[in-house]
Amino acid sequence: FRIMAGKVKWVTDIEKSVLINNFEKRGWIQVAENEDWNFYWMSVQTIRNVFSVETGYRLSDDQIVNHFPNHYELTRKDLMVKNIKRYRKELEKEGSPLAEKDENGKYIYLDFVPVTFMLPADYNLFVEEFRKNPSSTWIMKPCGKAQGKGIFLINKLSQIKKWSRDSKTSSFIAQSSKEAYVISLYINNPLLIGGKKFDLRLYVLVSTYRPLRCYMYKLGFCRFCTVKYTPSTSELDNMFVHLTNVAIQKHGDDYNHIHGGKWTVSNLRLYLESTRGKEVTSKLFDEIHWIIVQSLKAVAPVMNNDKHCFECYGYDIIIDDKLKPWLIEVNASPSLTSSTANDRILKYNLINDTLNIAVPNGEIPDCKWNKSPPKEVLGNYEVLYDEEMAQSDGPDRDLRSRPGQSTGVKGNRARDSGKPVLTTWK
Amino acid sequence: MLDPDSGLSLTIARIVQRLKGSSLHSQLERQARVSLHKPEIRLETLKEDIKDFLKTSGWEKKLQNAVYSELNVFPSPCHPAAPPEHMKEPLAYMRKAQGSWEKRILKSLNSMCTELSIPLAQKRPVSEQKELLNKWNEMGTDEPDLSLFRPVYAPKDFLEVLMNLRNPNYENGEHPSFRNHLGLIQVPLKVKDIPELKEDFSELGLNIGQLGIDDSAQVPPEFFENEHVRVGQKVLAEQDSAAAQQYVRQGCPTALRADLWALILNISNQPEDILYYEQLKSNVIQHDLLVDSLIYKDVKLTASNDDYYFVFEDYLYQVLLCFSRDTAVLEHFTYSSATPPRSYIRGKLGMEEYAVFYPPNGVIPFHGFSMYVAPLCFLYHEPSKLYQIFREMYVRFFFRLHSISSHPSGIVSLCLLFETLLQTHLPQLFYHLREIGAQPLRISFKWMVRAFSGYLATDQLLLLWDRILGYNSLEILAVLAAAVFAFRAVNLMEVTSLAAAEAVLADLSTLKVMPLLQIFLFATVT
Repeated sequence: FRIMAGKVKWVTDIEKSVLINNFEKRGWIQVAENEDWNFYWMSVQTIRNVFSVETGYRLSDDQIVNHFPNHYELTRKDLMVKNIKRYRKELEKEGSPLAEKDENGKYIYLDFVPVTFMLPADYNLFVEEFRKNPSSTWIMKPCGKAQGKGIFLINKLSQIKKWSRDSKTSSFIAQSSKEAYVISLYINNPLLIGGKKFDLRLYVLVSTYRPLRCYMYKLGFCRFCTVKYTPSTSELDNMFVHLTNVAIQKHGDDYNHIHGGKWTVSNLRLYLESTRGKEVTSKLFDEIHWIIVQSLKAVAPVMNNDKHCFECYGYDIIIDDKLKPWLIEVNASPSLTSSTANDRILKYNLINDTLNIAVPNGEIPDCKWNKSPPKEVLGNYEVLYDEEMAQSDGPDRDLRSRPGQSTGVKGNRARDSGKPVLTTWK
Repeated sequence: MLDPDSGLSLTIARIVQRLKGSSLHSQLERQARVSLHKPEIRLETLKEDIKDFLKTSGWEKKLQNAVYSELNVFPSPCHPAAPPEHMKEPLAYMRKAQGSWEKRILKSLNSMCTELSIPLAQKRPVSEQKELLNKWNEMGTDEPDLSLFRPVYAPKDFLEVLMNLRNPNYENGEHPSFRNHLGLIQVPLKVKDIPELKEDFSELGLNIGQLGIDDSAQVPPEFFENEHVRVGQKVLAEQDSAAAQQYVRQGCPTALRADLWALILNISNQPEDILYYEQLKSNVIQHDLLVDSLIYKDVKLTASNDDYYFVFEDYLYQVLLCFSRDTAVLEHFTYSSATPPRSYIRGKLGMEEYAVFYPPNGVIPFHGFSMYVAPLCFLYHEPSKLYQIFREMYVRFFFRLHSISSHPSGIVSLCLLFETLLQTHLPQLFYHLREIGAQPLRISFKWMVRAFSGYLATDQLLLLWDRILGYNSLEILAVLAAAVFAFRAVNLMEVTSLAAAEAVLADLSTLKVMPLLQIFLFATVT
């Protein structure tokens, strides 16, 4: 009976082959939750228990988990919006040029989340906004659900009467946070390709929030709606037209199991460069990186930067027909199910590269390490933002390297070949 | 032989005749008339002044581009006494073979038609017309029952025909001689060897910058890429077709490619072109053709399942259905070895007055045809422009890939070129594959027939098609096919069956086209 003392012991409560194959290929040993483990890839329910005050769970130095305790500050739709709004106000208060507004009062650099309200809390504010533009469409999303569940579109106030606090006929009691909804302005001018609507799924790995160190996976993908996009009101109920979640598209008639309605980000880039030009395409991708970093900065102050944690987020972004990216939501548990063969390969490699960064050398971790992996292990990840490096570059790194500014020094930009920029914004 | 002067004057006469009726001619006339109001035009020197005006306003350049386009597309006339068939195809046995092949295709189409009791063409009832018009932008969501339709032919059927081509004047005999070819193609066409190819494709040489090689992430853009882009922008500003054609031999920057190809193909998407496309669209709405179902089936079988092109499914219908009805395509049959199939109005079989070309454009689509259009969707998102670019690409290049001719860019020559290159420069590999019953052409044929569409990653495919346009020749397809075999030679030497060889060459999506071509042409010891 060989002693396996030096091997990483792993647990997971997510039975997915892309995970398990990765653990096994490293020679790690599977153990049960109540045993001594080094690495636990947990679902979001489990992380809640691990860090909850009642259980008093204490992680030791050689234990790593794949979620931050209060990741929901970023991954719950209502909290994400709240944190971004707070962040913007703070920047405005300190007079930061990032918080600059245009003549209509819109943030120039920080307007990347569609107008959103919490329901029922902000119902009246919402109504005020709704009335400014009564022909607009809004999308209702339950705060706590994923995979497109419970989402619906409205274009009439009557459709959300239930959430009106003042409604006398409503028998709604103050909802627990599980029943809360957010309502966002629906982007009804999405960029269409081949007449089809799509969204972008990008993977972002955060190893520490303070200082912020995050990586972007180069191989993101576009998810296309199988049905032709039409902004017409009669199609509002047809979720196949509007939602790009694979879980929903999979049940549409036109779902294809070879390509799964997915395109690589490099296809997107080739298409946009060919049809729109290089500058606007580069600007778009720069903006996408920008908004991801800003969203992380927004939640960094409130995140429990527990050193036992890392997290791989699934960012959902929609591009409108003016080539402006909008952050729709961030997922703490991006799906590890594979809908096609290509998909399986991508997710397998994603986990592989993630583990290489989070658990250096595949050896028993020490959570006190500096979380600075060497370049060679990044695989398909690229450094998106490294706060430590940015600060060591000196305070004279000016703000001209912000996107949307065509003049000025580009700083440490990597070649324009689909790579995210090593940003040096502060 | 024809003396150069009369050859030139024949060419000039032909070009003048073709351009006389074109819209460019009327535009030039209009411009000339308009210029009369200008102060710099004086009565005494009217002719000279108008010529100068047309030069400075860019109209002379447009005329030059049109002339250049004609020169590219039409072959030089062989001899004033030569019958028109010679412009189509000078070799009689090739003409005969193409004729037989066409008869077979048409027979197959007619029998499908009879079996399914569907007419070749019929007018749509008004309600159906309305429905189609509504669905025009999303025909991909239609799910017609296509199970009974089969493609009229697939590339491998065509290969069988080519394998059986023989020149009756040439005694192949049982005596093996050095001229006996060990490949599948057994006709003695002249094909180039590597020294000749090196000369023809000199811009792909090792010490000349290329997109697809010298723009990779490791190479600083100052070395080549930036300057190349600058030159490309200048070429576009000058609107010079000939310069563009020369330029793209080193590859197109992605942002400039759409415009450069349009310039080379002389496509400007004028209002009358858009109108023409709309007219074709209304033809589609009004009449239903049997070939429409073949097109649907082809798209569903090929592009809809393709990782890169599934997004553009609807555009493919919009292009191909219109293409079938475009009688302007019939023009290309003057220089193609093919002849458009004819059909007769019901009940009037054999009566010439009731003969029509079927389909109206004379082109019966085969399995994979839609893949000619698919890559273009990455460049053009406006349907009428996409249509025109495709049509021009077809009548310049793609038609040669599925018709039997002796033309150096015809599929027969490409196959022979491929086999010869392989046999000459990788003899061990060639013999090995032949021994195990895996004739290389059986694998590479489908690549060449489709101009590699659907086999290469799109960005690589576009770099390849840059060179097709740049050199106005399809020979590069054969060279690439040979280069792919050379690249995978080590693995191929280990296989022991055709199936295993197919497996080694099944996935070309990771290949980088330009390094392969460069190494094969310029860095292989011959």
